[in-house]
Amino acid sequence: MTPIEQTLSPNVAGTDRELIAFRIGEQEFCVDIMSVREIRGWTPATPLPRSPAYMKGVINLRGVVLPIIDLGARFGLQTSAPTERHVIMVAHVGSRLVGLLVDAVSDIVQLSDAAIQPTPDVASEQVKSFVKGIFAVEGGRMISLIDLDHVLPESEAEAA
Amino acid sequence: MSDDPFEAIKATFFQECEELLADLEGNLLTLESGSTDIEVINAVFRAVHSVKGGAGAFGLEDLVRFAHVFETLMDELRSGRKPCDDPTVKTLLRASDVLADHVAAARGAGAPVDPARSAGLVAELEALTYGGTAPVAAAEPEEDDFGFTPVAMDLGAFEAPAGLPDLPDLPPLPDLAALAPLSAPAPLPDLSASAAAGGWKIVFRPHPRLYASANETGLLLRELARLGPTRVELDDSGLPLLDALEPTDSHLIWTIELDGDASEAEVREVFDFVEMDCDLSITPLSGDGPAEAAPTAVEAESDASALARAASSELDIAALLASVGAAPTEAPAPVAATPVVAPVVDPVAPPPVAAKPAPAAPAPVQAAPAAAAPVTIRVDLERVDRLINAVGELVIQQAMLAQRVTESGLARSSDIGLGLEDLELLTREIQDSVMAIRAQPVKSVFQRMPRLVREAAEATGKKVKLVTSGEDTEVDKTVVERLSDPITHMLRNAIDHGLEGPEERLAAGKPAEGTVRLAALHRSGRIVIEISDDGKGINRPRVRGIAVERGLIAEDAVLSDDEIDNLIFLPGFSTATEVSDLSGRGVGMDVVRRSIQSLGGRISISSVLGKGSTFTLSLPLTLAVLDGMVVGAGEQTLVAPLAAIVESLTPSEADIHYVGGVDPVLRFREAFVPLVDVAQAMGFRDQPAALKGAVVMIVETESGQRAALLVDAIHGQRQVVIKSLETHYRHVEGVAAATILGDGRVALILDIDALVTAKRSRTPSRSDLQMAS
Repeated sequence: MTPIEQTLSPNVAGTDRELIAFRIGEQEFCVDIMSVREIRGWTPATPLPRSPAYMKGVINLRGVVLPIIDLGARFGLQTSAPTERHVIMVAHVGSRLVGLLVDAVSDIVQLSDAAIQPTPDVASEQVKSFVKGIFAVEGGRMISLIDLDHVLPESEAEAA
Repeated sequence: MSDDPFEAIKATFFQECEELLADLEGNLLTLESGSTDIEVINAVFRAVHSVKGGAGAFGLEDLVRFAHVFETLMDELRSGRKPCDDPTVKTLLRASDVLADHVAAARGAGAPVDPARSAGLVAELEALTYGGTAPVAAAEPEEDDFGFTPVAMDLGAFEAPAGLPDLPDLPPLPDLAALAPLSAPAPLPDLSASAAAGGWKIVFRPHPRLYASANETGLLLRELARLGPTRVELDDSGLPLLDALEPTDSHLIWTIELDGDASEAEVREVFDFVEMDCDLSITPLSGDGPAEAAPTAVEAESDASALARAASSELDIAALLASVGAAPTEAPAPVAATPVVAPVVDPVAPPPVAAKPAPAAPAPVQAAPAAAAPVTIRVDLERVDRLINAVGELVIQQAMLAQRVTESGLARSSDIGLGLEDLELLTREIQDSVMAIRAQPVKSVFQRMPRLVREAAEATGKKVKLVTSGEDTEVDKTVVERLSDPITHMLRNAIDHGLEGPEERLAAGKPAEGTVRLAALHRSGRIVIEISDDGKGINRPRVRGIAVERGLIAEDAVLSDDEIDNLIFLPGFSTATEVSDLSGRGVGMDVVRRSIQSLGGRISISSVLGKGSTFTLSLPLTLAVLDGMVVGAGEQTLVAPLAAIVESLTPSEADIHYVGGVDPVLRFREAFVPLVDVAQAMGFRDQPAALKGAVVMIVETESGQRAALLVDAIHGQRQVVIKSLETHYRHVEGVAAATILGDGRVALILDIDALVTAKRSRTPSRSDLQMAS
């Protein structure tokens, strides 16, 4: 464990998993840190024709043609045009590699599975389909745990 | 790849089988073309033998049994006892097909071999092996190319097993009855000698390689001892003194006398896997072996070598084995153990000594020199692909670097500029070399075709000769792999539909045997495959009639000959009045065309009535790089495949018309072609492009239709590395793939066909209407 992670991590008790937290607008989400390969700044993407609005296009990640998904738009949230301050989290989804466009990476959180509560019914269906659960951290913040398996469009169904 | 080491070895075996079978067929075809080169026959024998050997190790009994019969006949041929004539070679070719089926079945890749077919060929092979030739032939002195000590007793060897039902790999010997008359009139010395089967004298001199491949002489001797009582003598006279001893060399020679009625085949089987790594001579103990001049073998032995035997038999075999087993590593041990034997054998017993030179002087096993094959290594394809990917990145990085340097205002003649130029040359060279690794000759596909033609000819009752050329033409592995199906289909088509039956051919003044040519050649950076037949050619009125009947064209359509010929590529077109099981299985030439197109290739046909037809496939050499035209459309940079571009031009307003007032078409050389605004079609822009300053590329789709693509600018031509979008995303309509340009940005490669057809199938949109207004 690096010093940085320690200072960043308020919840050291029950360290079952490490999560990386990020912001989209005013909301905080997180994904399993193991699925994130790297974090980089936004670079303009090459748009893809006939793609959903949340597909920002593709960028060159050291020779890999990396699709960029605007995670906020994917969740149905309000998003603004990406700027240099936006961040791309490069994550593994199955055997694929995708870039997730978010506003900022905020924290690294450690917590036990027991601390995760199921998503309450108040959330919209669209959000619920991506959120595995929610939990609270110090300062009264609430973070939603994202299930990355569903962020990519179902290739067969939607391509057809 | 499996974790099970045995499975891995088995996989290697099947891989080797594939190569062996390919060699086998190639060599048989050489024989068919009239060659009588003994080396070729030997090569065929070796290939069958290797398949059999490996199959035996894996207990693939059907395969072993068939290979054995095959091998037996080959043995007859290479010894010259049977003539290698045309009917024989034809049978061998069919046998090689069945052998390939057996291999496929054993691997689990193919259906089980039809037992009747296999048995039929076994019978044919056996008939060729045993029948026909006078017994005198068997008595002729034999030249044995493999350097086995002259044996001269094959017939005997076959007789012996009759009493030995436990021999696994021999056929049930249906010819025994036929054999009997051969041995009955038998004052033939060889036969009587072998029939005695009083045991064998085996002189065994391992080469260092035998030890190096982890073989144990001790185990071999133990195996021999299992066949009957053995007397083993060790000749250590070649053993140097300890200080001169090279521990990895081989200095020892064993002479084993094996009693009992084991057959030579059994004895040889013991040495099956080390045969190539030792000098081995097997002579009948009682027979008039070549080196034995003794009047009566049995007596000579009892007299002369009695002492030797007494001495050697004192040595417990187990003790001997123990010292032998240690020989390669612990040389001193045998040195200590053997002096007991050596003095006894050498001075006292001349006969065994006289016999001993045999292994030393003649009979080296490597008599058949391996054809000077190029040295190759097997490399996991994934590793090659990783390298290719890395080189692709290198090319891009190099281009980016060059662009940055140019942007920074450094002169081309500066040191950095010059260094960059060298780097560029080097990068290109590396790229070419890496691509060459994946390049493979089309031979692997062509080799499968003779069999296919034979089978197709048999099924149709036509006589067909296949002539291939350009087998060594190289093309990317992926392309090679995907060539097989289209070529198969087109060859079948040529035989089924193209060629006439023998009578019809003769009536037309052609030779009864039709010729189908399969050729590969490089032409302007692409590989071209031509399949031509000298058959009846395309019956255009009939093709036209069928097309009308199936509603593929209008009855009054005016079509050129070329256009009529191309109708056969339309889906749902099949001219065979009856559906034969060869071709015409519903999948027609349209499937062939589609699979060729998916490789970025084209297919065309030319035909002369009564003379035949030629199909021409043209394919890119690799699927990894593409020659493209870099264009700008709606602030995006795109790449259009160069192969599809016919020409480019600046359109004038007057040339653009609107069909039905809606769909824009461009007048291009007296023809109207649909006009596609690329930026609009790709969704980069809602409004149609301003015609002013725009450029039009005339493109041709794979089906030969032309269209005009409207772009903002043409930036230039360059070779790009193809990156699949599917790897991390999915297929995108209108986009063939992506690439990375010199500025590091991703550019999309246009799928011309999809663009053009999407444009046509779409109902007119509002923007189209705007454009029209």
